[in-house]
Amino acid sequence: MAHSSDGLVAHHFEDLEQQTESAVLGMWLFLAQEVMFFGGLFVSYLVYRIKFPDAWATASGALNVWQGGGNTVVLLVSSVTMASSVWCAQTGRQRGLKLGLWLTLILGLTFLVVKYFEYKDKFFHHLIPGANFHWTGPVIGSPTEGQIELFFVLYFIMTGMHALHMIIGAGILIWIMALAYKGYFSPQRYMKVELFGFYWHFVDIVWVFLFPLLYLVQRHG
Amino acid sequence: MSSIAARPDVIPAAPKNYINAKSTLMSWLFTTDHKRIAVLYLISITIFFGMGGLFAMLIRLELITPKGDFLTGDMYNKAFTLHGVIMVFFFLIPSVPATLGNFVLPIMVGAKDLAFPKINLLSWWLYVFGGVMAIGVVINGGIDTGWTFYPPYSTTYAASNVTLAILAAFMAGFSSIFTGLNFIVTVHKMRAPGMTWFRLPLFVWAHYATSIIQVLGTPVIAITLVLVAVERVWGVGIFDPQLGGDPVLFQHLFWFYSHPAVYVMILPGMGVISEVIPCFSRKRIFGYEFIAFSSLAIAIIGFLVWGHHLYVSTQSTYAGLVFSLLSFLVAVPSAIKVFNWTATLYKGQITFEAPMLYAMGFIGLFLVGGLTGLILASMANDIHFHDTYFVVAHFHYVMVGGMVMAYMCGLHFWWPKMTGRMYPAALASIAAILVFVGFNLTFFPQFILGFLGMPRRYHQYVEEFQVLNVMSSAGASILGIGYILQPFYLVWSLVKGPVAGMNPWGAKGLEWQVPSPPPTFNFPDGQPIVVEEAYSYTTEESHSGA
Amino acid sequence: MATIPLIPEQASTISGKMDFLFYGWLAMSMFFFFSVVFTLVYFCVKYRKGTNVDRTIRGDNERTLELTWTIIPLVAAVLVFFYSAYAYIDFTKTPQGAMEILVTGKQWMWKIQHPTGKREINALHVPIGVPVKLTMTSEDTIHSFFIPAFRVKKDVLPNRFSSLWFNATKEGEYHLFCTEYCGTDHSRMVGTVTALTPERYQAWLAGTDTGVTMASSGEKLFTKLGCVTCHTGTSPRGPTLKGVFGKEVKLNDGSIVVADEEYLRESILNSQAKLVAGYPPLMPLFRNQIKEQDLMTLINYIKSLKDEKSGAKS
Repeated sequence: MAHSSDGLVAHHFEDLEQQTESAVLGMWLFLAQEVMFFGGLFVSYLVYRIKFPDAWATASGALNVWQGGGNTVVLLVSSVTMASSVWCAQTGRQRGLKLGLWLTLILGLTFLVVKYFEYKDKFFHHLIPGANFHWTGPVIGSPTEGQIELFFVLYFIMTGMHALHMIIGAGILIWIMALAYKGYFSPQRYMKVELFGFYWHFVDIVWVFLFPLLYLVQRHG
Repeated sequence: MSSIAARPDVIPAAPKNYINAKSTLMSWLFTTDHKRIAVLYLISITIFFGMGGLFAMLIRLELITPKGDFLTGDMYNKAFTLHGVIMVFFFLIPSVPATLGNFVLPIMVGAKDLAFPKINLLSWWLYVFGGVMAIGVVINGGIDTGWTFYPPYSTTYAASNVTLAILAAFMAGFSSIFTGLNFIVTVHKMRAPGMTWFRLPLFVWAHYATSIIQVLGTPVIAITLVLVAVERVWGVGIFDPQLGGDPVLFQHLFWFYSHPAVYVMILPGMGVISEVIPCFSRKRIFGYEFIAFSSLAIAIIGFLVWGHHLYVSTQSTYAGLVFSLLSFLVAVPSAIKVFNWTATLYKGQITFEAPMLYAMGFIGLFLVGGLTGLILASMANDIHFHDTYFVVAHFHYVMVGGMVMAYMCGLHFWWPKMTGRMYPAALASIAAILVFVGFNLTFFPQFILGFLGMPRRYHQYVEEFQVLNVMSSAGASILGIGYILQPFYLVWSLVKGPVAGMNPWGAKGLEWQVPSPPPTFNFPDGQPIVVEEAYSYTTEESHSGA
Repeated sequence: MATIPLIPEQASTISGKMDFLFYGWLAMSMFFFFSVVFTLVYFCVKYRKGTNVDRTIRGDNERTLELTWTIIPLVAAVLVFFYSAYAYIDFTKTPQGAMEILVTGKQWMWKIQHPTGKREINALHVPIGVPVKLTMTSEDTIHSFFIPAFRVKKDVLPNRFSSLWFNATKEGEYHLFCTEYCGTDHSRMVGTVTALTPERYQAWLAGTDTGVTMASSGEKLFTKLGCVTCHTGTSPRGPTLKGVFGKEVKLNDGSIVVADEEYLRESILNSQAKLVAGYPPLMPLFRNQIKEQDLMTLINYIKSLKDEKSGAKS
């Protein structure tokens, strides 16, 4: 506080520019870390898909492409609303900011609700890995049930990790909205919105990879 | 900062520093001051070092006789597993970065704190939660998978606290990621005016390289361990071959982090040595750029050598050959460092205070560790040495002979800065020599044991290995005395030690231009402006403080 | 007890070569180690504080020095890599016609089966002067098969075959260790390897002969499990297995695989995975139905069918 009267700059930074650049770099590094985190899952997916192509083609058929595809659209639109929220925050459009955050939140929750119904559907069809797993659907090639189960293990871990990121994102979003209603943001002070935007776009991009890898396996020509 | 001049009633005799700034327990547990967090880390890792050491003691006691009569098989397996898990995840990885790095790195670059002080605090708390879970594992009956958690043993056969131990390692992992993230941003964005990249102390370069590995490598093991836990809890086959999984995939994912993690453990140590040797030879470091870039080279090539842990695990020969070549190449930057440290001594004014003794010991032991590493990188020889005591001796020469020596070197070097007190020099030198001698007695016989074919993780062994094992256990007791001495005289120095002054070693670098202990925001006179190259020592001047 | 052992016994054709390589490494390491340590100590003594020596630094050859000690280790590293890679391939390439012994690891014992069907546990008798190939698998977790005196080691994995080979040179008893940590009694998963002259090996085999060769017990299994109903060449439901081992097989998806042990194993456990072209997916899955050792015996029987047919044709 010693350096600036308005409290924009934290005590250990020399100026606003340094603080902003630090925050942005920190966020990029955090996302790099996230890429490696999901990377481990994608590598496992890849190894087993190459090993068990039939199981992948078979199991993927049980996923609902319309729900998955719809969710893809929902997330892409939410990225647009998030980007416009950031722009509104930068340019001081308080009402636009609140509207953008609301839309983003609603779209994010929509995604989670759809995901909930997808999971529930798997439960009814005995597709939750574990003791009750049982495959009754049509079979492509000659996969074993264990291999099909492996697909669902990876499906649940990958989409589950993604959903966890969505839930955390929604939590942060609500906190940012509370700040927005308090009038915290201004064209000088909008980093929290911008950084959260980075995170939100990253989570969307992960889904953009997950969707074709999980839902569209046997549709590749 | 200027408020002291404005208020004449403040007594100048008791200057405020980071230790006496506030005194409540909460002001320590929830501090965002990097120096206080470093002290918190120092205390916590010392506790875990003691625990890990205790398990090492059990192991050495058991191996005095070949029969396996001191512990049961399960108890022994738990002892070496807990020794490994605690030493790797709760001591070695945070040792230098989270304590010494946390303390001096921001001061070295001329910053008031790390870029994200709250994340730094979060990192310590994650470490504590992970540590509590690790202690929970110990209390709850231990874990017997080995620190490597190889499936299908860990997922299907081990009847112990695997999931809890994995969660503990997971937490410690994220603590490490956040420390790395903080360091990278601090080095990029928080340098004082005039502190160019090539004026940074090599300690900072080493930590920068370390941080890259922490940020990019640790998440991979985090998710891999999650997969193991999921497999264990749900009973599904991600890695268990009975259900179609591939246990070798786990080994790839595990070593993709855990080999670079070896460099997380050694690079900061190399950074410490690069500070201490110029200081006690009163000379500029030789080949600054080469040492700096060799750290980065180690970090980058280090990501591409993990497959040398899998030579006999049915990995394809071609993959093995590529990993073997890269493993030979990663030795070159390490060799460059050793040559440059040696050349730094040339025409210096060398003195042998305790930190310098540790540094000299480090070079010798690290050389042995590194050169035997080359033998293991050779696929033809690794057939015989893989998973024998040769490997155990090799990595202890690097991890203990290298990193623990470097950690103690750094601790003795910066102790006066951290506490404002000097420790008894003679005692410190004796401890250093005991550690060096004890270490060699403990681990050198293990090279021969490995050559003879004694496998690691053996609770009982064939009789002809006994003599060497007894020698090793005897050495371990000397090593133990060397370690136990240190907390005594260091704590003693807090109370009775002579006041150190700002710069007892006559060292260069910004951390020696602030009071000892430093005030809360490090630089009482405001942000420093750097006009000198690093290590601008001249052989003419003598130690100012001593 | 009185003397400290320093060197492990050399009892196979590769152990001498591997040790030679190791001593080469040792000499090179010691050269580097002692040159650095000698220089270090020399500098420490000569330039210790207060000595009256010339300390003027010219510093004009820094770059030359750096390049020297970068390039020399680099070249050395690449050279020794090629040498050791060559040696590795030399050590691990299994010679043609090696005698095959089956090894099954399980917590915590080694089960061995000789070509004659003779079995032993935690003991392995081998003839000297004959290349022996061990084909290994595990019933539970990962193990590793290690004979220090022969300088051989290989991980033993469940649901997969791995192999190693050696050619013993000296009669005697040697240690056999498990080197991949496998649980409570990992350190008791040890045994004795006894190398015998071929004559004595034969005598040993004959000594307590079970009377059933591995191939003939395989034949019994072949009948018992019902393989015989479809796989004799007369049925349209399954291909003949005579002479199939080591040949290329065309699958129903058009691809071609070599019918090696791994393929036979997979086809028995999960017949639908790689179906031979022109045959319906009728065969039951034997996963979890057949013991590892029986599986090996069965595969060995299928391998023995090879010669019969080619012999009949000519």
